[in-house]
Amino acid sequence: MSDAERLVELIPRLRRYARALVGDRASADDLVQDTLERAWAKLHLYSRGTDLRAWLFTVMHNVHVNKLRASRATDPLEDEMPELAQRAPQGDALLVRDLERAIGRLPSEQREVLLLVTLEEMSYDEAARTLDIPIGTVMSRLSRAREKLRAMMTGQAAAKLKVVK
Amino acid sequence: MSEERTVTEADLQAYADGRLAEARLAEVEQWLAARPEEAERVTAYRQLGDELHGVYAAVLDEPVPQRLERAARRRWRWRTAAAAAGLVALGGLIGVLGDRALHEWRAPAPAPEAASFVRRAVVAHATYAPEVRHPVEVGADQEAHLVAWLSKRLGAPVRAPKLESVGYNLVGGRLLPGDGSPTAQFMYQCQYGTRVTLYLRTDAASNRETAFRYAREGNVRVFYWVDRKLGYALSSSDISKEDLNKVANAVYQQLNP
Repeated sequence: MSDAERLVELIPRLRRYARALVGDRASADDLVQDTLERAWAKLHLYSRGTDLRAWLFTVMHNVHVNKLRASRATDPLEDEMPELAQRAPQGDALLVRDLERAIGRLPSEQREVLLLVTLEEMSYDEAARTLDIPIGTVMSRLSRAREKLRAMMTGQAAAKLKVVK
Repeated sequence: MSEERTVTEADLQAYADGRLAEARLAEVEQWLAARPEEAERVTAYRQLGDELHGVYAAVLDEPVPQRLERAARRRWRWRTAAAAAGLVALGGLIGVLGDRALHEWRAPAPAPEAASFVRRAVVAHATYAPEVRHPVEVGADQEAHLVAWLSKRLGAPVRAPKLESVGYNLVGGRLLPGDGSPTAQFMYQCQYGTRVTLYLRTDAASNRETAFRYAREGNVRVFYWVDRKLGYALSSSDISKEDLNKVANAVYQQLNP
């Protein structure tokens, strides 16, 4: 299989991760496109026979961090993603929106770890290598991300109950 | 029963992810059995993981946007196109020349007159490149007529460069209004549907040559230059600056054999 075909095959995975990472579809696809372009430019740095998917996620991480840095230069508050478009939520849609929002409120570096481990099902070691951080940092970010997410989701549930009363 | 080893936070995370080795799993489960609050916490983590999967699962089934598929295939296309034309060795040289041209120009912002030219090229590109049904006025099947017609209206001999060597085929062209005199646009497309447009005007004011200059407006990248009586602007919203530079070099060489 050619490099191009392998890249094409991985697009859905990259898109899913990007969507969870940056929130809206257009920005997520921009991130994927930039990642693919950068991957081609840096392909000589990829060692054959290793996991192309993990390498691509590293590329995406770098592109994402650069983008964040650039946006921070103009807007110091641009750490969290903007409020997602309001749709009329019903049933499961309510959960979807709440969870998306809660994920969007996590600090970017915690969000990345959480998504690589849960959504991408990377091992802790793979996640550490992908993000170029020690495995202990993976564990502590994962723990903090989960706890924040849980607090946000249960906090919301509590708030709703109060309204009902 | 074994003596109870300390259960760490990392153990609990691994437990939530279902990644504990069997022996350790039993120990952690035993530890959790005595601590309902902690048990509830890791159960919530597990549940959040499942929900996370559910929320984003649909993305995997969405049709892949064309622009991403093109981005994934890009370099491969260049490599094969270049190899087919025996241009691999030349590529480095062309790159160097292109870079030098860029360096030479790293000067003041474009003169207002050049800026207006680039602006028109960008607008023309953004207007017609995405067009599905009527991208051009006269198609490549009537190339001789197209070239003769545009030459007559622009008042200078115009040519449509052949860009097959870099993977692009002529789609056709059209006449457009300019600042005071007509301009023209040729459109090219590669096998994956990526388009570049070459915008031309007569530059009667001067009989000169300039190096390649680069500009970017929104998502449209442009290389532009003047070569004797004609001004050129090559635009694309889909390919990288480097790839566009290669096409610009091919255009230049075609027009100056």
